[in-house]
Amino acid sequence: MTQTLPRTHEPSVGKPVDRVDGTAKTTGAARFAAEYPYPGLAHAALVHATVSRGRITAIDTTEAAAIPGVITVLTHHNAPALKPPRRFNPLDLSTMASGTSVSYLNTDEVHWDGQPVAVVVAETLTAAREAAALVEVSYTTFASTVDFKAEEPNAEPQKGNLLMSGSAKKGDAEAALAKAPVRIEARFTTPPHHHNAIEPHATTAMWDGDRLTVHDGTQSIDWLRSHLALRFDVPVEGVRVLAPFVGGGFGGKANIWPGTILTVMAARATGRPVRLLLTREDVYRTVGGRTPSTQRVALGARTDGTLTALVHTSVTRTGRVGGNPEQVTSQSKHLYDAENILVRQNVVELDLISNTAMRAPGDSIGTASIDELAYELGMDPIELRMRNEPERNPIDGRRFANRKLREAYRLGAERFGWADRTPEPGSMRDGRWLVGMGVATAFHPAWQFLANVTVRLSVDGSVLVRCGFQEMGMGGATAQAQIAADALGVPVESVRVEYGDSSLPLSPAAGGSMQTASVASSVLTACEKLRRKLARLGRPGDDPAAALARAGVPSLEVSVGSDTRIGRLTGQVRFLSKLIRDQRRWMKAASGAQFCEVRVDPDTGETRVSRWTAAFDVGRVINAKTAVSQLRGGIVMGIGMALSEETLVDPRTGRIMNPGLGEYHVPVHADVPPIDVAYLDEPDPTMPLGLIGVGEVGITGAAAAIANAIHHATGRRIRELPITLDKLL
Amino acid sequence: MRTFSYVSAPDVETALRAVAGEPNAKFLGGGTNLVDLMRENIERPDVVVDISRLPLTEVEELPGGGVRIGALVRNSALAAHPLIRTRYPVLSQAILCGASAQLRNMATVGGNLLQRTRCLYFYDGASACNKREPGSGCAAIGGFTRNHGVLGVSEHCIATHPSDLCVALAALDAEVEVESTRGTRRLPLSEFHRLPGSTPHVETALAPDELITAVELPAPVTERSRYRKVRDRASYAFALVSVAAALDVGDGTVTAVRLALGGVAPKPWRAVEAERVLLGAPATEEAFRTAAEAELAAATGQDGNTFKIELARRTIVATLRDLLSDGSAA
Ligand SMILES: Cc1cc2nc3c(=O)[nH]c(=O)nc-3n(C[C@H](O)[C@H](O)[C@H](O)COP(=O)(O)OP(=O)(O)OC[C@H]3O[C@@H](n4cnc5c(N)ncnc54)[C@H](O)[C@@H]3O)c2cc1C
Ligand code: SF4
Repeated sequence: MTQTLPRTHEPSVGKPVDRVDGTAKTTGAARFAAEYPYPGLAHAALVHATVSRGRITAIDTTEAAAIPGVITVLTHHNAPALKPPRRFNPLDLSTMASGTSVSYLNTDEVHWDGQPVAVVVAETLTAAREAAALVEVSYTTFASTVDFKAEEPNAEPQKGNLLMSGSAKKGDAEAALAKAPVRIEARFTTPPHHHNAIEPHATTAMWDGDRLTVHDGTQSIDWLRSHLALRFDVPVEGVRVLAPFVGGGFGGKANIWPGTILTVMAARATGRPVRLLLTREDVYRTVGGRTPSTQRVALGARTDGTLTALVHTSVTRTGRVGGNPEQVTSQSKHLYDAENILVRQNVVELDLISNTAMRAPGDSIGTASIDELAYELGMDPIELRMRNEPERNPIDGRRFANRKLREAYRLGAERFGWADRTPEPGSMRDGRWLVGMGVATAFHPAWQFLANVTVRLSVDGSVLVRCGFQEMGMGGATAQAQIAADALGVPVESVRVEYGDSSLPLSPAAGGSMQTASVASSVLTACEKLRRKLARLGRPGDDPAAALARAGVPSLEVSVGSDTRIGRLTGQVRFLSKLIRDQRRWMKAASGAQFCEVRVDPDTGETRVSRWTAAFDVGRVINAKTAVSQLRGGIVMGIGMALSEETLVDPRTGRIMNPGLGEYHVPVHADVPPIDVAYLDEPDPTMPLGLIGVGEVGITGAAAAIANAIHHATGRRIRELPITLDKLL
Repeated sequence: MRTFSYVSAPDVETALRAVAGEPNAKFLGGGTNLVDLMRENIERPDVVVDISRLPLTEVEELPGGGVRIGALVRNSALAAHPLIRTRYPVLSQAILCGASAQLRNMATVGGNLLQRTRCLYFYDGASACNKREPGSGCAAIGGFTRNHGVLGVSEHCIATHPSDLCVALAALDAEVEVESTRGTRRLPLSEFHRLPGSTPHVETALAPDELITAVELPAPVTERSRYRKVRDRASYAFALVSVAAALDVGDGTVTAVRLALGGVAPKPWRAVEAERVLLGAPATEEAFRTAAEAELAAATGQDGNTFKIELARRTIVATLRDLLSDGSAA
């Protein structure tokens, strides 16, 4: 039994603490990957393939090389060798890192329209880009399959793996469906999407012998470090990756895409520090986006609304060169207490760049047409949901670690004024505008991975937390400072957090909404260790710094986890077994209720979202400001998904035709109404401090809520996203 | 972007001399379109003549009640000008529907007239495009055609002129004044832009060495005018369909009407046919619809843009209806 030191400060967890990096960002002091000055820095520019499958027959760099300032033009003729990426191994998650399986510039084969086929390195960015446009490439082309709609009937069932299951069933859903007194059946489609983080991907790389320093806008510095060591065949200890500031990622910076590899390669080839700042078009051509999907949803119910059958099948695509199947049907295993459930995911491989994770992969585009069933039954859609709200995880009977969806619906409905809605479609108007109100469920699984940390207390009372996690603007560093401050009983201002550097203790990638929980767990353990040590040094009544002073110790540091090779491996094994154990035992997730109001112009079909309320169960909220920003940001992205976002892949060529913010329509300010975000703030007993990640749940259900609201306004069910005005004419 | 030489012209004289005899020169106004296209290597001028300092920045009232607008007047200044706001509300509104505040602060009237299409295939160097490379074909046909035309298009090119400002100018019977070392000439806006036919790369009646110096508007037929822009998001997107309209009604009958369409044609489209049907007709929704149908009778769509025919009809009717109710409320 340890004696306890007094906690002399107001707890900061839950408060709207300002971002610790806010000042650096607003004053410009924060440096992003393309802003590191190096003496002798050279600039790179990419040349993209313009065919979707083929072989390079000739590549003429004469004109390009003649541009003043050009240092070299790298092609498959002269590029340094790359080692191939490795196969997936659950004990080394960095094996999931590679964006594609292509050995860039080490092959004359082209696997997608946009694949880099040359890199120009020059003294200035202008010269590099001018020269890149002058590289002439000739190809022989091979037959390719690039048209998702046409290929979709050839989709094959997806194989599951440790982190993702493909299919699941309970009972005989098709038979139950056939017998159900009330049923609906619908087909949905969603288009490809791109992340469009405000900071385009960028890399600055410098070699010193076999030692490599890389500044990269990445979501996963550890994966990147291991991956670069592997591809360039150098010891991993000599590779350092720095990413203290990343201007948004949304999944687009989780994997390692050609730009990063080619910058490192260009630096290797020229012996110069090299920077590559992708143009927005480069990002579209060389970084995967979200897969399109088609989905079949069929629901069967008794006349009282009890669900007897739920069938949800999907088709998505991956690239022939990589990508993961998207878990589109995931929510259908968790949301409704149907007696019989069948989910199945199918995939086609196309000659396009690999797909990749984008905010809440699967969960954000998966559609449950419970609203349609509610109309069929003449029931309020919330009432129907509550009637089928499960006690245990529907597909397998696991316990929920935490599930307060009923409370979230109650809270949201009250704040939104759901009771004022008249259910009849087309029955609400404001002047000429048709008004509609819609609701849908938000849901996203909660994960936790391995994180190592050190925490040091100095006699001046300052605390240093070190962990190589990444901050893309979510507020992770601020949250960890708050957690450490409360755990040690010191003011939050005295805590400094170091992150974004591979020389720091290992952290998981920022993705899957799991970083904060993963790091928090280790920070809490470390702080507890530290308090125990302090308690032995000090006397009752001492604050932490006083305890150090009394013992004459300048500082005290504790660590959690080990960063040696063996330490990491055992950590990984320990964590994977905990993950598997946890997964068997619990279903953990964030959830919520999304309410929105839309206005539809009856003449033109223009849809504007006019009001939004969301109520979430995300466990304990660490920072009232940054958590709400994450949730709100997810909703904004959901508005884009519902109404305007679509990557246009030309089905004739596989070429992306709108690679830029001009014609890929993300919501602008005028598209976004005031968004009211509420949360229950009740801790999840199975998560560190009771917190659940908030990065992704905000986008889930948002598009469905809008589609439901449009139906309420117009009586039209539009099942193809985005719901552009032509579909409503 | 390719290397080019740069001349900054303090006066019109210098600007005109700088381009005379120079086959591949371009004037630089606000640069919001030219510089983008140069970055994409679609425009590759050898000489760029910066005209942004030319003293053509006045909006002046003309004796007959019209107005003369200098070619270098910035879009935002024009939209905010009291003469424009009171007498030509349709013009002010059209400008404010376009681009963003930052772009409007830079963009000039002359540059807006000459801005190039937003066809996705025109912007993509890897695609066939008769406008960019005459004779190479038109990749848009059979491709993504959401921002393409349904009126005045040809089998060689179906691109639209993307301007909002010009649609209002078309409805207002604007004239364009142009100057070269050979002298000054004026031409109606309706003759300024050309239909593609078999030469989609020839977009206007302007000679390469001619500078736009001013746009003139006659006195408005009515101050009751408005602009309606329909697009894929609430702001910062080009028109799918837009309507510039001016309407005067006496005793329930249309006594004056001006109507132009944007987003549907290779040029700002003056709806002559609809105007003919409307003039003297009863000012009713039914008559509006008949007029709209007459205008769009010749329209032809592609897979991706046939909806614009119906959308244009509806937007014409809605805009005229709004003008009518504005008037009766006043
Ligand atoms: C992101 C974005 C969104 C936009 N959205 C809209 C929109 O919604 N609606 C809309 O209407 N427009 C929109 N625009 C286009 C914008 O209005 C035009 O780019 C602008 O009006 C061009 O004016 P400028 O002075 O910048 O022309 P510049 O780019 O300088 O020049 C354009 C062309 O005109 C020529 N030129 C310029 N001035 C003269 C002159 N006096 N005489 C002869 N030739 C001349 C140039 O040589 C060049 O070929 C948008 C532009 C961007 C970049
Ligand atoms: S529509 Fe016109 S601009 Fe577009 S690709 Fe065809 S020819 Fe080129």
